[in-house]
Amino acid sequence: MSSALRREQNRTTGTLLIPALAVIIIFTTVPALTTLSYAFFSWDGFQRSTFAGFENFQKLFAYPYLDQLLAALRHNTIAFVVIMTFQTSLGLLFAYAMFRVKRGLRFYRVVVFLPVIFSLVVVGYLWQSLLDPYYGPINQIITGIGLPEFAKPWLGDTSTALPTLMFINLWRWVGFPAIVFLAGLNAINSEYIEAARIDGASEGQIFRKIIFPLLAPSLTIITVLTFIGAYEWFDLPFVIGGSNGSPAGATDTLALMFYRLSFGSIDSGANNVGVGSALGVLIFTLVGLGAAFGSALLRRREVEQ
Amino acid sequence: MIKLLASRTFFQGVLIINSLIVLLPVFFLINSSLRESNEFARTPFALARDPFWENYQRVWSEGEFGSYFINSLIITGGSLILILILALGAGFVLGRYSFKGNNIIFAFILTGMLVPAKLAILPLFIQLKWMNLLDSRLGLILVYTSAALPAAIFIMSGFFKSLPTDLDNAARIDGASEFKLLSKVLVPLVRPGMAIVAIYSAIPIWNDFFLPLVFLQSPEKKTLMQGLTVFFGQYASQWGVLFAGLCLAALPLVVLYLILSEQFIKGLTAGAVKG
Repeated sequence: MSSALRREQNRTTGTLLIPALAVIIIFTTVPALTTLSYAFFSWDGFQRSTFAGFENFQKLFAYPYLDQLLAALRHNTIAFVVIMTFQTSLGLLFAYAMFRVKRGLRFYRVVVFLPVIFSLVVVGYLWQSLLDPYYGPINQIITGIGLPEFAKPWLGDTSTALPTLMFINLWRWVGFPAIVFLAGLNAINSEYIEAARIDGASEGQIFRKIIFPLLAPSLTIITVLTFIGAYEWFDLPFVIGGSNGSPAGATDTLALMFYRLSFGSIDSGANNVGVGSALGVLIFTLVGLGAAFGSALLRRREVEQ
Repeated sequence: MIKLLASRTFFQGVLIINSLIVLLPVFFLINSSLRESNEFARTPFALARDPFWENYQRVWSEGEFGSYFINSLIITGGSLILILILALGAGFVLGRYSFKGNNIIFAFILTGMLVPAKLAILPLFIQLKWMNLLDSRLGLILVYTSAALPAAIFIMSGFFKSLPTDLDNAARIDGASEFKLLSKVLVPLVRPGMAIVAIYSAIPIWNDFFLPLVFLQSPEKKTLMQGLTVFFGQYASQWGVLFAGLCLAALPLVVLYLILSEQFIKGLTAGAVKG
């Protein structure tokens, strides 16, 4: 390469790369690193006061925060396990079904993914009205088919609120794993499947022995993303249950607690930026370690095609 | 053969049932938005035989809905323009030049994909206040741009990498500068990548209510999703108007999705499957 071209390329690199890097550093990297430091100071509203060491973490693990923390952590963990089990297997079922059918594929692909583009505000309000105890069509259907004892205030009852929220989450999100698995299925070399079919393998055997192992990379991605999503679950619980996780904290999550601590709320009063940031660091560590560890573990069982 | 046909029927059935579960609530939403509120309360299931368009007129004219809508357009549009310009430049440099530090910078940008913006909300709030960008559409545009850029650069650099290097040399021999090479020769060839980046970035920005909730206070600057939460208090139990508001809020992305569904789906899987 001539030195004139090299000089021009260096200049181009500077002009084109620096603006993008500057935006990322100023609005992502610096705030993320600053959160870390916030957790080690005591705060008076949004004013930083003295260095506090690990005091904020100690407060987070004591009364009154500990009970909330454990309840929220439990809800996040339930959400992860349930979403992982139902949403992922249904997503895989839809993907495999789309892989197998010939007719209507384009239509199904558009429909299955449609809810994923809806805002969670829209999804939240839509389902709140569908599930409305008085006007909602769902309870009317349940009563209509002769089961009035099952017509409940689904989102207002502490025992059904969290499961209902997870169902709404499934309705909105299941298209995402379905499309990722479908892309994974289409990437499988069809000669393997043809060869097995000629050798007389049943469709069930082909799925278990060939398709499922080769889908491992897609499964890794979905597992890691589901883990991150479940432990940072915020938008849907916030739209439906508000920042306190109504009813009676039944839908509280770590991210909602983080929001209350950061900005205060009508019920829990003034904010506590220090404890909030400590919780932020905790969530980030949990999600980061979990995602890194999980993907390393899952990658090991991936096979090369 | 019979077994194969039976399983095909089973899978068709699964997909038809799923389509109904997806489409019935959406149909209910649209249908109810075209019915008078009291009538809806009496018979939630009846069809809107005689569309009651007044709901839409009320949504648009009575509240601040129109201004929320325009703010969302400005913020989403502004972010998209900035994301595309910056990702084109950075993607070109990282995808086509080999220089010292190329890989390190690329790795650094990718870590930006892992940082959850929500957890950095407090420092961001204080920082924006200090920069005089709080309660400002520009501030929000910059935050969205920063959050979307890592994935956008990742996608664009992949597209730039896939083009043959002969193109560059031919253009250089013809006397083109590096900027001319990028803008006249390469940009037209990476248009599909730009479509994917635009769609991939537009969904979370248009749909977001959290950052506006925290960063925008002036009523005249509020976005649509943030405004919907106010709107719901205002029009409680006026079902028809509420449903019309929800339909209008979802409409732009649905239209975009139906036109570009192929790219939509490709965009969401391209980054994920390689990852």
